[in-house]
Amino acid sequence: MSSLQTPPLSAGQGGPEARAVRVVRILLPVVVLAAGIASWELVVRLNDIPPYVLPGPSAVFQTLVSDWPVLSQSLLVTLLTTLEGFAAAALGGIALALVFNQSKWLEYSLFPYAVILQVTPVIAIAPLLLIYLSQQTAVIVCAWIVGFFPVLSNTTLGLNSVDRNLAGLFRLYGASRIQTLAYLKLPSALPFILGGLRIAGGLSLIGAVVAEIAAGSAGAGSGLAYRIAESGYRLNIARMFAALLLLSAAGIVIYVLLALTSHLVLRRWHESALGKDN
Amino acid sequence: MVGPAALSEACSGTEGLAVSLRGVTKVYDSGVMALGPFDLDVNKGEFVSLLGPSGCGKSTALRLIAGLSEPTSGTVGISKPAGQARLGHSIGFVFQEPTLMPWTSVRENVQLPLKLAHAPAAEANARIDEALTQVGLAEFADAYPRELSGGMKMRVSLARALVTDPDILLMDEPFAALDEITRFRLNNDLLALWRNLRKTIIFVTHSVFESVYLSQRVIVMTPRPGRLGAEFGIDAPEPRREDFRTSVEYAGYCRQVSGALAPGKPGS
Repeated sequence: MSSLQTPPLSAGQGGPEARAVRVVRILLPVVVLAAGIASWELVVRLNDIPPYVLPGPSAVFQTLVSDWPVLSQSLLVTLLTTLEGFAAAALGGIALALVFNQSKWLEYSLFPYAVILQVTPVIAIAPLLLIYLSQQTAVIVCAWIVGFFPVLSNTTLGLNSVDRNLAGLFRLYGASRIQTLAYLKLPSALPFILGGLRIAGGLSLIGAVVAEIAAGSAGAGSGLAYRIAESGYRLNIARMFAALLLLSAAGIVIYVLLALTSHLVLRRWHESALGKDN
Repeated sequence: MVGPAALSEACSGTEGLAVSLRGVTKVYDSGVMALGPFDLDVNKGEFVSLLGPSGCGKSTALRLIAGLSEPTSGTVGISKPAGQARLGHSIGFVFQEPTLMPWTSVRENVQLPLKLAHAPAAEANARIDEALTQVGLAEFADAYPRELSGGMKMRVSLARALVTDPDILLMDEPFAALDEITRFRLNNDLLALWRNLRKTIIFVTHSVFESVYLSQRVIVMTPRPGRLGAEFGIDAPEPRREDFRTSVEYAGYCRQVSGALAPGKPGS
């Protein structure tokens, strides 16, 4: 029992050709962005479009800088709401999936309502929530409603995707329910859970924005979505664009952070996080 | 001198039975009669192969012995480990696939049965090192399963089955998915382990050559429902080495066993 090979190491980063392809893949979208901004600016200037109809990108950027104190404050509010909604969705989704996994009866009783909550458009639920809940709570509940379902359904899928033989092994060695959950089911489900969280992150932002817009008419909001609605009433179109830009950026950052987390957690073992050469 | 053996008495002479099946049947929920009635006696320290075509219920028999499924009728008897209750388990099981947890290292995979039994860390570590050394993987303790070749993964699986120091080792076509070179090497290593540790091994396979090479006794099972078709004692001198594979004696046993497997035989 001596002739053992060394484990295959991950192959190198590919030849110069592969590198060129990578550079092009980064470069092309940047070129498209630059071209888009340039032609936007050009169209606005050549046609003398007034800023209360369509501000040019330079005007939007100026607004972003000059209104930064207001906008950053609003960004913080929206991000905080999103984070709270996301945390609630993550905890709620995973916890509910665990409960369903332990008790079929509870799953049969409650799962249809989880689906109903998911398929009913949140924009239609938000005004109702605002009647019964404080605005702060209502916004978080909205973020939770749109975010929890992907976590729930992915976690459920993951918990049910356990390798049958491994499950048999755990039974053979007399594993308790808790042990099976902690050492087998949760690790097996982890890639699925992380996938669900990645979707939930973006959805929580949407939920938060939807609720803010619904609440905006009530007047008390101060998140980015509220700023957009408010600027719209005032024909401050540049600020609408600036706030939209920040929302977009927030969405991208949330996605990248969650994707990165997923990659770091899974990189040692899961197919999704391994290079093609492995 | 050899031939369908009289029954298990032919192989007695050790301290008693490790496994005893009496009139065991298994009918699946779908109504398929997978096994039986099936009788089997395996002596302590014996190496027995269950050989048969796919779907003859040999894996079912193994799962019944392991307690992974319940017989529809009949009794499954397993010898109780002597002395005080031990860590882990008196049965080790090696599946057809390595069945490793991909999210953790070789060491933690091997540690699993001890962890489930709440073994103290110091003793667990000593046992893991021992089991990994037995299968020749001591240097790969910190590797992840995906970094290993198919044969090495199977070795990890074997180490995990050995880590509780079980009396009985059940192996369900463990080397079927491996290439021939790797399989031959693992065959030899398994025989060496068996000689050193003297565990009772019940080995399920659909390879005539593998069963004859490894076992003291080959039990040929009939197609579904699986019953005892024929039984052969393999009285080759110990220790068997690679040259046994090419011996006339080996070829003779293989011919006999293949004959019992051939379709059209009475009882099939």
